[in-house]
Amino acid sequence: MRKNNSLFNRFFMVLTFVFLYAPIALLIIFSFNAGSSNTVWKGFSLEWYGKLFSNRIIMQSVYTTLLVSVLATVIATVAGTFAAIGFFAMRRKIRDPLMTVNNIPMMNADIVTGVSLCLFFVAFFGLFQKVTGTRLTLGFGTLLIAHIGFNIPYVILSVGPKLRQMDKNLIDAAMDLGCIWMQAFWKVILPEIKPGIVSGALTAFTMSIDDFVISYFTAGSSASTLAMTIYGMTKKRVSPQINAISTLLFVTVLVLLAIVNIREARQERLAAKKHI
Amino acid sequence: MRNKLSRFAIPYVVWMALFVVAPIIMVVIYAFTSANGGFTLANFARMGTYGVVFVRSFKLALIATAICLLIGYPVSYMLSKEGDRFQRIAMVLIMLPMWMNFLLRTYSWMSILENNGLLNQFFQKIGVIAAYNSIFGTNIKYFHMIGTPGAVVLGMVYNYLPFMILPIYSVIIKLDHSLLEAARDLGANTFNVFRRVILPLSLPGVLSGITMVFVPAVSTFAISQMLGGGTQMLLGDLIEQQYMGGAYNPHLGAAISLVMMIIVVVCMWVMNRFGEGEEQAVML
Repeated sequence: MRKNNSLFNRFFMVLTFVFLYAPIALLIIFSFNAGSSNTVWKGFSLEWYGKLFSNRIIMQSVYTTLLVSVLATVIATVAGTFAAIGFFAMRRKIRDPLMTVNNIPMMNADIVTGVSLCLFFVAFFGLFQKVTGTRLTLGFGTLLIAHIGFNIPYVILSVGPKLRQMDKNLIDAAMDLGCIWMQAFWKVILPEIKPGIVSGALTAFTMSIDDFVISYFTAGSSASTLAMTIYGMTKKRVSPQINAISTLLFVTVLVLLAIVNIREARQERLAAKKHI
Repeated sequence: MRNKLSRFAIPYVVWMALFVVAPIIMVVIYAFTSANGGFTLANFARMGTYGVVFVRSFKLALIATAICLLIGYPVSYMLSKEGDRFQRIAMVLIMLPMWMNFLLRTYSWMSILENNGLLNQFFQKIGVIAAYNSIFGTNIKYFHMIGTPGAVVLGMVYNYLPFMILPIYSVIIKLDHSLLEAARDLGANTFNVFRRVILPLSLPGVLSGITMVFVPAVSTFAISQMLGGGTQMLLGDLIEQQYMGGAYNPHLGAAISLVMMIIVVVCMWVMNRFGEGEEQAVML
């Protein structure tokens, strides 16, 4: 198996990565363009970066995006971890149908999830108004609920396997040694499943940042994420300011991921040394 | 202990009832009612007039899925043969584009494929267009790329290729190497090891990759609007128009959504039949 790839195979891989990154590279290059075109290079300038910070619509939508992603990730990670533990402790007969329902938002097309939530919220608001007389509308609250909803399944899916790998006797041992169940949770279960929680949170955050379709159907007109602002612009003209903000976000993520990966690699090397 | 822990799931079960099950029931109710609230099947009957859109959606999504598989499988297979460090970096590189919003990446393709876009500028510079004109006796100034079905397929492949690579790769990387050695010891050549051992064992990853590409591709609306230039309406566009566009009709939109849900259920059923309980592969 571990035969190295031929030159042709390597070339094919490189070509795939060029395909994936060419449009991104173009976006970044044209964020430094002096002109406002995305096809004609007029010289280097930082004009769009300057204008970006005084553009209230873009800054507001960046803020909304980050806020909803962070809040949804935190809430979904906590809720998803507890739910995964609960599912794990259930009998199979009850767990399996619940897991099927849990998988629905992940498997369903985004647009169907968005439409179904939109219909549900509108119907609920209608009922709410009849009962209490207060009018509610789609906005940040519904956006947040939607994001939490599609994030939790990813957390459960990455915490679940870690629970199953865990030695079940550990919990019983902790209890026998006098832990109450809350202590058993904090001192035994949590450290065991931590890697699953971290990767679940990371996936959830990625999904939230990248989401457009579900947000589009659940945010109404009062809240707008960056993706929604971009979508609104694509119908007319996309300002290079969008290239600029995307470049900034992209570089931030690139640096963060590089740091995380270098640290992980270093830790693995240290661990390997210890074993020898 | 175990029983106490299972209580942890109660809040989420309530949540699912409210925000997963109830919304789907709403879709079903809307799909079978008319604007004045009575039961009707007219919403499904009206879908017949959009037969072209259904056919186009399936055709383009299937082509895009096939291309993703043809690129994604070899790439995953080759990646698994590289060193650990290379694999780690490659995986990050495959996930990374997701951090630049897909609308922007698609928008970038617009400026590449436009009539005066970068690709046509490039073709003009290196003389491809002049050569084409002299060979075929035509007099074109650019290749018409944007607004064609091909451009939409390209957008789908570009956006969903990582969803094909990741599940296939995660299955191939976990293959038991002793099986491959056993196959070789028993006299199989490289091709046979691949065909008889690697390919069948990686099938669950392939199936989950196919679902993960096909479902978003068949339901997309932004990609078709941007790269199809309004001429390539897909199912997603049709639904979107019923809610956000000019043709406001939530009942018809719900009916199409319901059909789409059934498509997904069929996909999942097929996947479960072939790939017995490979949950791991579904994960990114």
